[in-house]
Amino acid sequence: MGERKLRVATASLAGCFGCHMSLLDIDERLFELLKLVEFDRTPLTDIKEVGACDIGLIEGGICNAENVHVLKAFRANCRTLVAVGACAITGGVPAMRNNVDLWDCFQEIYQYEGGTEGRVIPKDRELPLPFDRVRPIYEVVRVDYFLPGCPPSADAIWKFLTDLIAGREPVLEHGMLHYD
Amino acid sequence: MSGAGAFTLDGMAIAYRDGETIMEAATEAGVYIPHLCHQPGFKPHGSCKLCTVSINGRNGAACTVRAQDGMTVLNNTPELNDSRRALTEMLFVEGNHICPACEKSGECQLQAVGYFVGMMTPRFDHFFPARDLDASHPEVLLDRNRCILCELCVRASRDMDGKDVFAIGGRGIRARLIVNSPTGLLADTNLSAKDKAVAVCPVGAILVKRRAYETPIGRRLYDRQPISEVALEEAKTLKGKGHG
Amino acid sequence: MPRIAPISEAVGHSVERHGARPSHLVQILREVQAELRCLPGPALDELARALRTPRVRVESAASFYHFFHSESHGAYEILFSDNIIDQMLGKREMMQYLCKLLWLQPGKLSEDGLVYVESTSDIGMADQGPAALVNGHVLPSLDESRLELVAGLIRDQKPLARWPRMLFEVADNVRKAGPLLGQAFEPGSALRKVLKQGAERTLAELDASNLRGRGGAGFKTAVKWASCRRAQGSEKHVVCNADEGEPGTFKDRVLLQSHADLVFEGMTLAARVIGASHGMVYLRGEYLYLLQRLEAVLARRRKDGLLGKGILGEQGFDFDIEIHLGAGAYICGEESALIESLEGKPGKPRNRPPYPDTFGYLGEPTGVNNVETFACAAKIAVHGGAWFAGMGTPASTGSKLMSVSGDVKRPGVYEYPFGVSVKQVLSDCGAGNAQAVQVGGPSGTCVSWREFDRRICFEDVPTAGAFMVFSRDRDMFEVARNFAHFFAHESCGFCTPCRVGTSLLRNHMDKLAAGKGSAYDMVQMKRLMHIMLTMSHCGLGHTAANPVVQTMEKFPDAYERRLRNLDFEPAFDLDGALQTARLITGRDDEWAHIVSKQP
Repeated sequence: MGERKLRVATASLAGCFGCHMSLLDIDERLFELLKLVEFDRTPLTDIKEVGACDIGLIEGGICNAENVHVLKAFRANCRTLVAVGACAITGGVPAMRNNVDLWDCFQEIYQYEGGTEGRVIPKDRELPLPFDRVRPIYEVVRVDYFLPGCPPSADAIWKFLTDLIAGREPVLEHGMLHYD
Repeated sequence: MSGAGAFTLDGMAIAYRDGETIMEAATEAGVYIPHLCHQPGFKPHGSCKLCTVSINGRNGAACTVRAQDGMTVLNNTPELNDSRRALTEMLFVEGNHICPACEKSGECQLQAVGYFVGMMTPRFDHFFPARDLDASHPEVLLDRNRCILCELCVRASRDMDGKDVFAIGGRGIRARLIVNSPTGLLADTNLSAKDKAVAVCPVGAILVKRRAYETPIGRRLYDRQPISEVALEEAKTLKGKGHG
Repeated sequence: MPRIAPISEAVGHSVERHGARPSHLVQILREVQAELRCLPGPALDELARALRTPRVRVESAASFYHFFHSESHGAYEILFSDNIIDQMLGKREMMQYLCKLLWLQPGKLSEDGLVYVESTSDIGMADQGPAALVNGHVLPSLDESRLELVAGLIRDQKPLARWPRMLFEVADNVRKAGPLLGQAFEPGSALRKVLKQGAERTLAELDASNLRGRGGAGFKTAVKWASCRRAQGSEKHVVCNADEGEPGTFKDRVLLQSHADLVFEGMTLAARVIGASHGMVYLRGEYLYLLQRLEAVLARRRKDGLLGKGILGEQGFDFDIEIHLGAGAYICGEESALIESLEGKPGKPRNRPPYPDTFGYLGEPTGVNNVETFACAAKIAVHGGAWFAGMGTPASTGSKLMSVSGDVKRPGVYEYPFGVSVKQVLSDCGAGNAQAVQVGGPSGTCVSWREFDRRICFEDVPTAGAFMVFSRDRDMFEVARNFAHFFAHESCGFCTPCRVGTSLLRNHMDKLAAGKGSAYDMVQMKRLMHIMLTMSHCGLGHTAANPVVQTMEKFPDAYERRLRNLDFEPAFDLDGALQTARLITGRDDEWAHIVSKQP
């Protein structure tokens, strides 16, 4: 096979890594996948910065400033950007805080029972600063494809990626298309 | 007017009896037209607009327009399907539909219609509206975040339960489901968990408490079968009951 | 401050006055609110009991109409008309000025609970704006000195009845009169003719006149009346649609203010033709100031034997007219929504067919026509169908009243034979530098300077009467944005495409206005507008995208110069969305900000 392997990057933003787990769930098909692609930045390779890629897979929505920096870097470097999973597509479970006052969230986390020592709200610059609302990634950058599910099943991921890699418009049949 | 006739639906001849809507005739003939605010046995409403078909070149809601002899009706066209997808997207961004956290998931008609029309993303910017959740009733939960304003509960409560528990208040994007009590709480209405108004909710807005996640994922209604098949089977069952 | 009545008293009186009919709910809600200054929960409880109707239905109606509110708006509620024309005439500045004078913020009751200032949709005074409503009564031609006077009267807590009359004087501004506005009309003359020649012949004359509905849709009036005449029903109704809500339209105001006899006579002869005994005028709430005057005309006509039992001595010719007021809902101009409102419900358009001519008010046959249509019908009865058909064009006979406003020297009402060119009207009203005319209001047609030869008629540019002129100094994008806000505010919320689509479109227009637009938004907007146009339930949804569709096509520059990024730009302010967290944590370091880079 003389063709260049496609370069793929992945990241989890405001998500639970469940979509990445589901990707690993394609099991032995991973070997087949690795014949077609090589991984750039992803939690699997531990590469920290995204380089020029053919496909970027984003799990999770946008809940803080750091998410935006990662997402923008992906958009700038990936020819095709895919929103993977409910959170990237709708905000998902993290978006359930959208109608809770941010101050109430901070108090609940840092000041009430089980909070930090001294009940202080940390102001460390290393901590990503949260937005007032959690948003799907397509409300921040242009997104080319969407793969729904919470998480999308291994079969759905496999079908979607193989379609995409082969240059076909990805189609998910009944049973593979899920919002949960 | 004759007692029966025929029209064409995507080129196929469909027989109807006088007074039947396009939706009723199509369902009987085994053709599924996507819908959310319509249910067999309910007074035609026509608000969700998902069942919009082209009738002699003009769009109309299949659930409200009566079949007429010689009508040319188009249903399964790329343009109509794209419009239905857009309407489904609108319904998703209008409310707060977090499927992974909803007890109705897998049995939800909004979700199942989304699958049928191939909605991969809600596409539009979300409104994330602030909506009330009412857990006051001992047996029934009302979560307005998931309400799609189809008015099935309004009609069921008024016309079948004889109670008038529900209505739509406000207007435009601020329209919301209101309940019949001075406190505005469901607990202070005479709603019962056995009411048709509860059972008919197509989404997770009105739920009987303590029944969540009874069916395991993979075995839920729309896991097993697409809504296009379920809807036709349900209509057939209902019709059988009606005549039995 | 005047005394506020106890709830039970206010509800009791009003319900009694209306014979405890639930169909009068909107009227009752108006009266109760006028007494209580709002519609609090306990008043709704009381109303439900008194009307023996489920509370949820009372609340449904009370929460639908813009003029109803559950919290007090004080002793003085001032609503500024927010049409683009009022804005061009200084509405924003005037509203700000009044708020400054009264030390308050728009949309918030003053701290002493005395006064409330807010915007409302067009109130039908575009020829004498900026204008406002005070407790429902029109204050036209507002300027700083008038507002200073108003602020003083409010601070002194003077009852409205003792405010200077000149503040409330609404001019007719008739600039060009024709057969409707220019010729004297003798009350009863049309009815005498009808009695003499009979209903069949009257209908035949109406048919020969080829009169088409003046409300905009242009349905042939004789066909409507004939169908209603044939319809079976123990009782039939005649309804006059005086819900002149299309922004920029005010010609019905003039007909009702100065030619009410013509309108009532038209309704009465319609009653004779279709066999109705009950008539209703649906008067938009904004025209409350006309109510007393119209009631006086009705009383005079009853006294003169032109209304009531045995009209003009004719045995069995019984007909009377009652006036219902709207409560701030543009959608009620749609005839089936109007009927719903007359029945005391939220004004949501019905599924049609059946049409009102067979299934209207209370399910009975109902002839619904526009104010101007009834006026034309009365004239036709007197002068004959051929006389009327001799004016205008073959498919658009007779004359048309146009409400001319905007960048013109002489705003007001102009009566032309149908077929007049846009150019002619512009020249007559003194519009030297016009860039575009919005004919027929936001739901109508945007006619650009390239098309000023087009003619006003059903064959070319149809209109219900609005003619808003925009000079070359105006930004047509902002015109369309104003209209997008209008439709989002006025959508009834019944169907998905209009309820969600109008708000999404408004948000897109605001995004472009904020300099965050991209080519992607243009694609999204076009898709959205196509859905609204093809999938909506009624005319509001079908036409709500028109202003944006048409300005995009005719004034593309107004959009293109707003597209900041050719690819994509978020609608929300990324850095602004971190502000709450910055305040909570007290952080202001570089990681607590997102600096957007220009491409």
